[in-house]
Amino acid sequence: MRQFIIRRTVYAIITLLILSLTIFLVVRLTGDPVTLLAEPGARPEDLARVRVEWGLDRPLPVQYLSFLENILTGKLGNSFNYEMPVSTLYFQRLPNSLELALAASLISFVIGIPAGLISAVRVNGAWDNFGKIVALLGLSVPGFWLGLVLILVFSVWLGWLPTSGQGDWCNLIMPALALGWYFAASLLRLTRSSMLEVLRSEYIKLARLKGLPGVVVIGMHAFKNALIPVITLAGVNLVIMVNAAVIIEVIFAWPGIGRLLYEGIFQRDFPLVQGIVLLAGMMIVAINLVIDIVYAWIDPRIRLAR
Amino acid sequence: MTTTDEIATATAAAPVPAAQEFFTPRGTGWRWVRELPLVPLAILVPFILIAILANFIAPYDPTEPIPGAKIFEPPFWMQGGSTRALLGTDFQARDVLSRLIFGARVSLIVGVVGTIVAGSLGTALGILSGYLGGWVDQLIMRVTDAWLALPALVFAIFLATVVGPSMWNIIIILGLVYWTRYTRVIRGEVLSLREREFVKLAEIAGGSRTRIILRHILPNVMNSAMVLASLTIGVVIIAEASLSFLGIGVPAPQPAWGSMLSDGRSMMMVGDWWLTVFPGLCILLVVLATQLLGDWLRVRLDPQLRNM
Repeated sequence: MRQFIIRRTVYAIITLLILSLTIFLVVRLTGDPVTLLAEPGARPEDLARVRVEWGLDRPLPVQYLSFLENILTGKLGNSFNYEMPVSTLYFQRLPNSLELALAASLISFVIGIPAGLISAVRVNGAWDNFGKIVALLGLSVPGFWLGLVLILVFSVWLGWLPTSGQGDWCNLIMPALALGWYFAASLLRLTRSSMLEVLRSEYIKLARLKGLPGVVVIGMHAFKNALIPVITLAGVNLVIMVNAAVIIEVIFAWPGIGRLLYEGIFQRDFPLVQGIVLLAGMMIVAINLVIDIVYAWIDPRIRLAR
Repeated sequence: MTTTDEIATATAAAPVPAAQEFFTPRGTGWRWVRELPLVPLAILVPFILIAILANFIAPYDPTEPIPGAKIFEPPFWMQGGSTRALLGTDFQARDVLSRLIFGARVSLIVGVVGTIVAGSLGTALGILSGYLGGWVDQLIMRVTDAWLALPALVFAIFLATVVGPSMWNIIIILGLVYWTRYTRVIRGEVLSLREREFVKLAEIAGGSRTRIILRHILPNVMNSAMVLASLTIGVVIIAEASLSFLGIGVPAPQPAWGSMLSDGRSMMMVGDWWLTVFPGLCILLVVLATQLLGDWLRVRLDPQLRNM
C-alpha cells in the first residue's frame, strides 16, 4: 500500500511538472511574454522594467526553475486589475463556486443516477429509450444556451425567478440546472453501463438463484457496487464544475472562479488567467491522486496490479 | 441481458433473405435504408450545403447593416417584423438569417478541421506510444495525463488568451486540447494489436517499423479513431461556440453562433428572444446530429465501444 501511494504521488508530481512546463513554454514560444505580462498600452521603458522584474531576460531553464519556485511557494503573481495576489482572489471566490458546483452536483445526481439505474434494469425498454434521449440531449444542448433559455422562460416571460446574482435558493436553481445538465447526462450513461456490467456478474446470478427478491438483488447487491465508478466521476465532476463553469457564471453573474477567469480574459489580466489555470490543474491532479489512493485502499486488486 | 449480447445473437440468427424479398418490408433493401442514419443526415446535409453555398444563399452581407433597416427588428411573423429580414436584425441592423448561414460555415469548419487535427495528432501519438513502448511511451503518456488534467475549456481559454483570436488559431487550439482522448484509446488498442500474430509475423518477415505501423497497425485502429472523431465533432463545435461567446473565439465582425448568442444576451432581458434562440438551436441541431451519427458509427464499426 505504501509503495502504491509513493508511486501514485510521484506520478502526480510528474503530471504537475509537465503541466507547469506546458504553461511556461506556451507563453514563451508563442510570442514575447512581456506583451502579456505588462499592462495593455505600456510604454517601451515599462516593458523593459517588466522584463527585468519578471526575470524574462534570463535563460529559459533558469526562468523555469524560478517559475516553479514561485508556484511552490504560492506566489502566482499579482492581478493587474485587483492589485492583489492571484491565489488570494482564487480562494476568496472558491466558496461561491463550490456552492454552485454542489448544487449542480445534487441536480446531476437526482437526474442521472435514478435514470441510469432504471435504464439498466429495464434495458431496451421504454425507460431505457427515455434515458437515452435524456443522455443525448445532455450532451448536445450546450449548458450555457440552456441557461439563457431558462432565464428567458422563468425570469423574462414568467417572472418567477431572478435573472442573476447570488442570494437564496431562487438564485441558485437556474445556474445549477444549466451547469448540472451536462454532468447529469454523463452520470446517467456511466450509471447505466456500470449497472449493466454488475448485473452480468456471477454474484448477481447467485443472488438471484438464491431466490432473493429483485428489489434486494438490485438495491443491495448490484447498485452498491455499481455506484463506485459513479461516485468517482462525481468527485472529478465537482472539481471541474468549480473551475470550468466560466460561461454559466458569466450568464448568471455568479461571483465565482469562472467569472474571475472571464474578468481576467476580458481585462487582459494575464497573471490572473495563468494563476487560475495553474490552480485548477493542481486541484484536479490532487483529487485524482486522492481517488486513486482511496480506490486502492478499498480494492486490493488495484494496488496489487502492476 | 445486455445490448451487446442481444445484438450479437440477433445478427447471428438473422436468416439470409431470398432475392425476391429484397425490397419487402423485412428484406435487406429496407433494412439497409432503415439502418442508414437518416435523422442525423437529414439535419447535417442541409447544414453542410448551407455552409458551402453561404455566398449564394445568404440574402445579405453578414457583416454589414441592411440598408434602411432598424436595429432589433423581430422575425417577419411578429409585429414590427418584415419579410426583408426573415429572422430579424441584430444590434447593428445586420440580418440574423445571413449571420446564421455564415455562422454555419465557421462552426462546421472549426468542428471538422479541429477534429481532424486532434484526431491525427492523437492517433499518431497513440500509435507511437503503444507500438514503440519504453521511454517514448512514458513521455507521451505523462504529457497526455498532464494535458487531460486541465478542464478542456479552461485549457482552451488559456491558449486562446496567449495566441489571440482567429478562426485558424481556434482550430489549432482545439486540436491541441482534444488530442489526448484519442491517444489514450488508440494506445490501448495498439498494445493488444502488437501481440497479435499478423503483427508478429510482419516483424519476423523483416518489415520496418514504419511499414508495420502504416500497413498493419494504422488500418486496424482507424475504426476507433473514426468513432471517436464523430463523437468529438460536437464537443469541438460547442467549445468553439463557448470561446466565441467569451470573445476569444472567432473575432468580430465575422459571424459565429457563439458570439451571436453573446451579442443577443442583453436584449434577451427585454424579451428579444430571437437573437439568442436561433443560434442556440443551430448549435443544438448540429451537435445532436453529430452525436447521433457517432452513435450509429459506433454500433457499426466498433462493437467493443458499444456500451461506452
